[in-house]
Amino acid sequence: MASTNHNRPIVDRPILDIRNLHVSVGDNEILRGMDLSVSLGEVHAIMGPNGSGKSTFTNIVAGRPGYTIARGDVIYEGESILGMFPDERARKGIFLAMQYPVELPGIRNREFLRTALEALREARGETKLSVREFNKMLEEKAKAMDFDPDLMKRNVNEGFSGGEKKRNEILQMSVLDPKLALLDETDSGLDIDALQVVAKGVNEFRGPDKAIVLVTHYQRILNYIKPDYVHVLIDGRIVRSGGSGLAQELEAQGYEWLREPAEESAESVGATARPS
Amino acid sequence: MTQTAEATDRYVRDFDALREQRSDEPLWLRDLRREGFDYFQRMGWPVDEKRDEAWKYTDIRVVARTEFRGPDAPGATLSEGDVSALLPFDEGMSRLVFVDGYYSPEASRIVDADSASIMRLAEAVREEESLVHGHLGRYSQPGHDASVGLNTAFFRDGVFIRADGVLSAPVHVVYVTSDHADPVVTYPRTLVVAGKQAEMTLIETFVSLGRRNHFTDPVTEVALGEGAKVTHYRVLIENTESYTIGHVRPCLGPNSTYKSVIYEAGSGLMRLDLEVLIEGEGAFADLKGLYVTTGKQHLDNLVSIDHAQPHGKSRLYFKGILDDKSRAVFGGTVYVRPGADKTDAYQEDKNMLLSDQAEADSKPSLEIYADDVKCGHGATAGAVAEEAIFYLRSRGIDEQTASRLLIKGFASQILDEVEIEPLRVFLEERTRLALPRFLAGREAAA
Repeated sequence: MASTNHNRPIVDRPILDIRNLHVSVGDNEILRGMDLSVSLGEVHAIMGPNGSGKSTFTNIVAGRPGYTIARGDVIYEGESILGMFPDERARKGIFLAMQYPVELPGIRNREFLRTALEALREARGETKLSVREFNKMLEEKAKAMDFDPDLMKRNVNEGFSGGEKKRNEILQMSVLDPKLALLDETDSGLDIDALQVVAKGVNEFRGPDKAIVLVTHYQRILNYIKPDYVHVLIDGRIVRSGGSGLAQELEAQGYEWLREPAEESAESVGATARPS
Repeated sequence: MTQTAEATDRYVRDFDALREQRSDEPLWLRDLRREGFDYFQRMGWPVDEKRDEAWKYTDIRVVARTEFRGPDAPGATLSEGDVSALLPFDEGMSRLVFVDGYYSPEASRIVDADSASIMRLAEAVREEESLVHGHLGRYSQPGHDASVGLNTAFFRDGVFIRADGVLSAPVHVVYVTSDHADPVVTYPRTLVVAGKQAEMTLIETFVSLGRRNHFTDPVTEVALGEGAKVTHYRVLIENTESYTIGHVRPCLGPNSTYKSVIYEAGSGLMRLDLEVLIEGEGAFADLKGLYVTTGKQHLDNLVSIDHAQPHGKSRLYFKGILDDKSRAVFGGTVYVRPGADKTDAYQEDKNMLLSDQAEADSKPSLEIYADDVKCGHGATAGAVAEEAIFYLRSRGIDEQTASRLLIKGFASQILDEVEIEPLRVFLEERTRLALPRFLAGREAAA
């Protein structure tokens, strides 16, 4: 690879390159030839109906076990990451804000974040933060996210409201400072105030050395986070890509008009029978 | 004749042989023993066709058919330092050690004699006869079940504590079984009578010196007078070849508080019946338990809380960490009797399975016959670990650290309840040793 100037966004090479990705869970093929290319400095929104494969896509990039990858590749910073464990990927700068953040009984939020940040800083060759430095940084970030400081002392996500869990994800993103952030339906289940807080966090994170892929069912969050690109994922494939205007079109017309006519009738009939 | 019959014959012979030795025991005690033995002889162990709902998941045929010998002398001599090395958490506490059922004065000490009477049970039968007579076998009745029956018939010694005020130091009772070539049985017996407003902490530790099979049949009765506060830690770390079938029976007077933390990492086949009686108005029972099972261990906790009086409160929170092919059974029942209005009860059992061959059976239940009560229960048994491990790893934390954080976190929700710091550290260490695959090596940074 040619050497690059680290002060400038790398424009000639995408940070994430999804190539003809086919993924199944059991006998069920969920991604059926997905392609996507994301570069630093960009915000991509992936929209699609339930069951179109949005969460599968983010899980595959983050390395969640339980999927079979039949074909295709996931290239991150020029190399395939499919053989890497989730923690290796995280240490390379990938972050997934989960749709359903997990409760971790007995592990305090602060201890969890500190352990994670230490692992990442070590991987990046950065020096260890002192407890004081860490606490100060955390306090500032939590304040910016309107995050109750008491939640830092509590066990991770245990007894958190839906909105608190989602804000906790964005706070983690802000603290861990990844290069590529995948947001899996972070907007679902949030009221308008919480949504604005989350959007503010994402917008502050946004920058020339960051890439964001935002997966959502609804156009609503895109009123607050303006994407550079919008893609429509239906039946495991990107069927349409465009600028932010596409989101409004989808809002007005739904997804049905984008569905391709059934190729293999028997299979697709079952797959398209979903609530609109 | 089946092996079971031969094993029963052994108990009959042993009981008859002991009769002479016990001729100096008071008549009421000999009656009590006879009652317990009669029950056992009549009913036997709950195996085969006698296995009812309470024994659904636990098969103790191996206990029923093994001929256990009552040791005729302690198989080892322990010094005070030996015990401190083995159980390094009782500095400054009263300590009573029994080896194979025999009191071990060299290893024992009593530090607090002002507000309590702490002595061997065999001694108390003479020195505190009326009190012992009034309480022994009143809570764990000789005809309660086979294990209580046998314990009552055979217990050689044990501990008696009469607390009159606030004890300045906890009392640590250590029941040791030494290494024997043939399987031996011991019958530890503890009786605590906490008077009005008395406060004390009891630690009971069950430990083996060897790796060979033995059988422990312990019974602990705790009577709490009005406003008394008893904290009871029960540490079971016997070897995983051994069998333990025990009974713990706290009886709570008005406005008393019984707090217990049970830690079970030992025994190959264990059953504990913890039966709490809320006998006085406004009493509070706070029961916590952590079991850590590996290999082929089978641990069964059957806990019941009997709310017989109004305004009682009970909290039951058990957790299990299961690895390998081990199995844990939890049965919890809260009874709220007619008239026990305004009862507030909650019970929960959570299990973390670290292997897909481990199995947890959890069955909490409520039986409510009173009005205006607040009761709830919950149970989870599942591979909680997988989702959580992915979550931790997705944040950059390696697998080893992730499992360690998770297991430590899970266990800490019970172990943090242990108010005696060196004991808590000891139990954390035991947990670490029980799960070397996950917790070996360095400590987490914090």
